[in-house]
Amino acid sequence: MRMSVNKVNFFYGAKQTLFDISLGVAANKVTALIGPSGCGKSTLLRTFNRMHETVRHARLEGEILLDGQNILSQDVTQLRRRVGMVFQRPNPFPKSIFDNVAYGLKINGSKLPIAEAVEKSLRHAALWDEVKDHLHKSAYELSGGQQQRLCIARGLAVEPEVLLLDEPCSALDPISTAKIEELLVQIKDLCTVAIVTHNMQQAARVSDFTAFLLTGQMIEFSPTPQLFTTPGDPRTEAYITGRFG
Amino acid sequence: MPAGNARLRWRKFVSGFMLTMTGVCALVAVAVLFFILGYLVYHGGTSINWNFFTKLPAPVGETGGGMANAIVGSAKLLLLATVIGVPIGFLGAVYLAEFSTGPIAFVVRYAADLLNGVPSIVIGIFAYALVVLPFKHFSTLAGGFALGIMMIPITLRSTEDFMRAVPNTLREGAMALGASKWKTIATVIVPAAYRGILTAVLLAFARVAGETAPLLFTSFGNRFWSPGWNQPIESLPHMVYIYAISPYEDWQRQAWAAGLVLLGLILIINILARTILARGVSVPRS
Repeated sequence: MRMSVNKVNFFYGAKQTLFDISLGVAANKVTALIGPSGCGKSTLLRTFNRMHETVRHARLEGEILLDGQNILSQDVTQLRRRVGMVFQRPNPFPKSIFDNVAYGLKINGSKLPIAEAVEKSLRHAALWDEVKDHLHKSAYELSGGQQQRLCIARGLAVEPEVLLLDEPCSALDPISTAKIEELLVQIKDLCTVAIVTHNMQQAARVSDFTAFLLTGQMIEFSPTPQLFTTPGDPRTEAYITGRFG
Repeated sequence: MPAGNARLRWRKFVSGFMLTMTGVCALVAVAVLFFILGYLVYHGGTSINWNFFTKLPAPVGETGGGMANAIVGSAKLLLLATVIGVPIGFLGAVYLAEFSTGPIAFVVRYAADLLNGVPSIVIGIFAYALVVLPFKHFSTLAGGFALGIMMIPITLRSTEDFMRAVPNTLREGAMALGASKWKTIATVIVPAAYRGILTAVLLAFARVAGETAPLLFTSFGNRFWSPGWNQPIESLPHMVYIYAISPYEDWQRQAWAAGLVLLGLILIINILARTILARGVSVPRS
């Protein structure tokens, strides 16, 4: 297990949004979090690199371990260097393509040769061939799908142990989505992947393990083929067969 | 349906009338600026020549001379004001936009708005009490200080607005890569907002460039060059004031000319600010 979540309860002010969640994120696998809107899947994912702390009145109970160490007692910037994140909407910085990917390396004072690292990350994100001739153009000149792959490259550049993706395809067209799904399967050799998606087919296609959440509770967590073929809980079955959600 | 037709005609008439009125009012608003500009050119245009920019004011009774000392004086005062006002306004805006929550932010914002509304003559008195009295004489320092104070709230509030307009997703993106708060601000937020910030500074600059009241008893005025920062100094708006109320026709003409130069300067800064802003906001709003 790369990460373990133990009995996590989460509150926004007085409102509890996660109840007693426990799960493990296996190393070099893709773990998917699925569930209907508002079930707490994004909230759970954001606790993995403590992005929840940017929201006021957010409170977490329980422990989350990364390589056996509690992340809540670590330096948060160090933690986020090890646990990167890609967001729902592509959010490239107003900089060139090259500078976007190099950003994480530069601010962390990386000793790696930057140009090589940038090329490597762009290749991993399956974007290199499309941008290699105009690395110094603004990232905003790319299409939405390319921007999202750029954000993945930016996340990979700092060589994180875990990459979190929060509905990375929800703003993208089917072709861009397919490209990103393809590359997700490939990058698990480089790092552990945890992805939130409201798209069950996507979870079935890309993940090795799937957790199903409902109203802040974890209903079921099992290997993906098992969850989608022989769900152990009637609520899971109801959700994956489309009876609600 | 004659009744319906009458109502339709009446509605069309009201619509047409109101449209004309709004158009006329819009025209009046614009016309005032062009009227002032035209008036200044008409009265002051003839006095603008090489001497105006290079010569000191002529002694009383002689015609000719220029306002070189006032032009340099205004430049020195505005430089000092920028050095004082912009860093304070900018850093205060960073605090408001990125760190503050709750009552402190409210108080700071409210105080800045109040400060923005303080009559400039009152700022002048304040600078007089704080800088002129202890030094026992009028100085560039006091004038620059007064103008600098006026620049603080303008820079602060607009810089804050522009920094807030940077989407939160960019902050999250930087922090998710292990950037600390201040690194996020310095490497992502400020670069994303720099056009707006630059515009805010230029507009604040243009706003105080024409101020006279706070200079009356701080920089005072000076018919000669003012070496250093600790002597009374001439400025363009003050020169306009002095020359315009003088009994000499030549001085009055030069006052018009100085007004024209001042207005031209402010117009250029404003247009420059608009151009910078219009070249596109660097971050797409989503």
